[in-house]
Amino acid sequence: MQTKKSKNILLYFLSLAISLFFSSTVIAQADPLIEKVSQKLAQVNDYVAEGIMKTDVAFIKASLGKVKVYFKKPNLLKIKKEGGISLLPRGGVSLTINTLLNTKQYTTIPAGNQVLNGKNLTVIKLIPTDDNLDWVISTLWIDPVEALVYKTATTTKENGSYEITMQYGEYAKQGLASKIIFSFNTKDYKLPNGITLEFGDEDPTAKQKALKNKKGTIEITYSKYTINKGVPNTIF
Amino acid sequence: MFGVFCYYYSMAVIKVENISKHFGALKAVDDLSFEVQAGQVFGFLGQNGSGKSTTIRMLLSLIHPSSGNIELFGKSIQKNRDAILEQVGAIIERPDLYPYLSATEHLQLFAKVRKKKIEASNIQNTLEKVGLANRAKDKVQTFSLGMKQRLGIAIALVHNPSLIILDEPTNGLDPQGIADIRALIQHLAKEEGKTVFVSSHLLSEIEQVAHQILIIHQGKKMVEGVTKELLDPERRIVQIKTTNDELALANIMTGSFGKYVLPRKEGIHLKLPTIEIASLNESLVKAGVAVLGIETKNSLEDYFLQITSNA
Amino acid sequence: MWSLIQIELYKIFRRPRTYIAFGAIAALIVVIQLGLKIDGDAYAGFLMKDINDTLTVDGKVLNGYLICYILLQLLLVHVPLLVALIAADMISGEANLGTLRLLFSTPFSRTHWVLAKFIAASIYTILLLIWLAFLALFVSMWIFGTDDLFLMKSNYVVLIEQSDVLWRYVGAFVFASFSLLTVTSLGFLMSSLSSNSIGPIVGTMSAIVFFTILSTLNIPLFNLVKPYLFTTHMNNWKEFFDIKVNLDNEAIRGSILNIAKIKTSLMVLTLHIILFVTASVIIIKKKDILS
Repeated sequence: MQTKKSKNILLYFLSLAISLFFSSTVIAQADPLIEKVSQKLAQVNDYVAEGIMKTDVAFIKASLGKVKVYFKKPNLLKIKKEGGISLLPRGGVSLTINTLLNTKQYTTIPAGNQVLNGKNLTVIKLIPTDDNLDWVISTLWIDPVEALVYKTATTTKENGSYEITMQYGEYAKQGLASKIIFSFNTKDYKLPNGITLEFGDEDPTAKQKALKNKKGTIEITYSKYTINKGVPNTIF
Repeated sequence: MFGVFCYYYSMAVIKVENISKHFGALKAVDDLSFEVQAGQVFGFLGQNGSGKSTTIRMLLSLIHPSSGNIELFGKSIQKNRDAILEQVGAIIERPDLYPYLSATEHLQLFAKVRKKKIEASNIQNTLEKVGLANRAKDKVQTFSLGMKQRLGIAIALVHNPSLIILDEPTNGLDPQGIADIRALIQHLAKEEGKTVFVSSHLLSEIEQVAHQILIIHQGKKMVEGVTKELLDPERRIVQIKTTNDELALANIMTGSFGKYVLPRKEGIHLKLPTIEIASLNESLVKAGVAVLGIETKNSLEDYFLQITSNA
Repeated sequence: MWSLIQIELYKIFRRPRTYIAFGAIAALIVVIQLGLKIDGDAYAGFLMKDINDTLTVDGKVLNGYLICYILLQLLLVHVPLLVALIAADMISGEANLGTLRLLFSTPFSRTHWVLAKFIAASIYTILLLIWLAFLALFVSMWIFGTDDLFLMKSNYVVLIEQSDVLWRYVGAFVFASFSLLTVTSLGFLMSSLSSNSIGPIVGTMSAIVFFTILSTLNIPLFNLVKPYLFTTHMNNWKEFFDIKVNLDNEAIRGSILNIAKIKTSLMVLTLHIILFVTASVIIIKKKDILS
């Protein structure tokens, strides 16, 4: 009886040691990938990007708009529509891959691999170590070869969850995407007829779309980056 | 226009044939016919509600006749309305005007609807003619009834029409105003050769200006004729007052004076030549009738009152 | 005919009553603009409550274009009542005054007079609308500036770029002129039936209220007649501010979602105008002028 008990205790500590060994090994392997990505992104102190923004929310009819995106290390980001009103996901825009990784205040947990759009990507979860950060957990899909992040899924404290999908082109070397798609959940939109004084029939297709589709996306297709030329803080 | 002008001096300016107007069961005008010659002053007489204004409104195509024809200047008013009314100036019943406009503005406004151009001097002259030159710029809401009446007449005259229709033109005027309008009517007819159609219930005024009169009662023509003939001083209306009217009447009816007796509710009235009055008196005295008095009247007013009360 | 129109316009604009409508519109607009200038953010916040849960809206939402839209929504329901004040008085007012017989005994036919009066009333209506447009659009643009038009409808939001807004307002005001002219012609018709103005003014206002209720209540029985009521079509100036989207849900610049609806409404309103004015002419031609 005593032998059996000792055997169990020994087995428990042995498996713990092995899992700790392997997890530390894996962490040691995940950190380098994040490091690789961070190093790539570190080339960029600031940028001004020009692009076209497309808003695709079921209850919103908006046309494409020209935007300028301003970034400054470590985590300042501003999207400005050139003349006009812009619609951006609440709280989500500021948490791009640059701003997430530049905080350096997170631990990483490997989460295996996943094939996304034909690419075999490493999945890594980030958990913030600073309670003051806006986000709770973020999952990154990273190409281990190119050290490029193709997708993030982040849960924020106050503004729900959203995903950012990235495509790369000529600025891939600096880790800057040619297209970014923000995906987020939308709530119902309704204003009483007494406020809007709308007593007739509105666009029925818009109503149907709103009922069916509870997700929205905002896409920014970048045409040009001006990198490391300086961006004044007043922009933000 | 030229046709109208030529017509003017050859035939009747107004020709009304058998016109009637019904408002439901009410016969406002009943089979009325008359003619008005060029250059005449035509007096259209009747009590209030006799059908005068209805007739005038039919002349001006404000009311559609239920039957009959109306011609002005030889043309049907229904078919040639616009051309005819270019030559007509009218004031209908009371002088209703725009209270927020001045006298001058009224004349300018109504001058504008005429096809021929009316100069500012014409407007000024018209205001002088009716005695409103010193109130030309005042708003009508400050005018008395008499002043409004004068302005109404001015509106009828401003475009120098050939035919002037005046419905109760002396309403609200003081004695001097009435005299002025009478003089104006006479001037328009005599000096300017206009045809003036005047309606009124004030016969004492009309008898002094009208060449021809027509008396209308309950929509029907009672009498029409030349004023002079109707006022023939040789044919007086005589009222006899006696102590025994029955005996007196019996005597008159059986004698040669019976044909002169006028049907009256009270008293004995005859219409007979002046020269016969003495003979009538003698006849009655001989019959033993005590004659208390003989009154004679030869005014048109009396004639009018008698006819309308008999009817 | 032009001289008759001049006369009628002269009479309209010599009456103090005419300016009540201009004053009322100015007062209403100034009050609303003042209120929105002081407390507009709270109002905009209320409208955008649902949107702010999901999205951040960056830019000047409460700009002159939106203010103008809000003003038009409010005023184009009530301005018809001001139009009725003049239109419903055009013939009955003259009958009451006793001047109708003066006009109809001039060498212009009754048809000429009736049409001249209608045209004059229409010019008044258009001038009122221009006044409204000036205050609601241009003064709002001056006070609140301009930006994209962020329209919050009952079930969806339309975001129209600045450069795509002004021509829509031109179209909307042209459309609104047809709506108001329909009211003018209705008031005019009522006016031709009466010898005093109170009846036609009240009658016109009552008809508008009555038919508006029929147009807005979603009762199946009323749905049969709605397409034929002018009140159903009067507010379709809003169609200028709804845009098409492509398959990718991108709004198509310069587009109107439902042009056919605008055309149909314009046709219905025009038919009503023609019908009401023709009826007025027939009534007046046949009428005995006893006033």
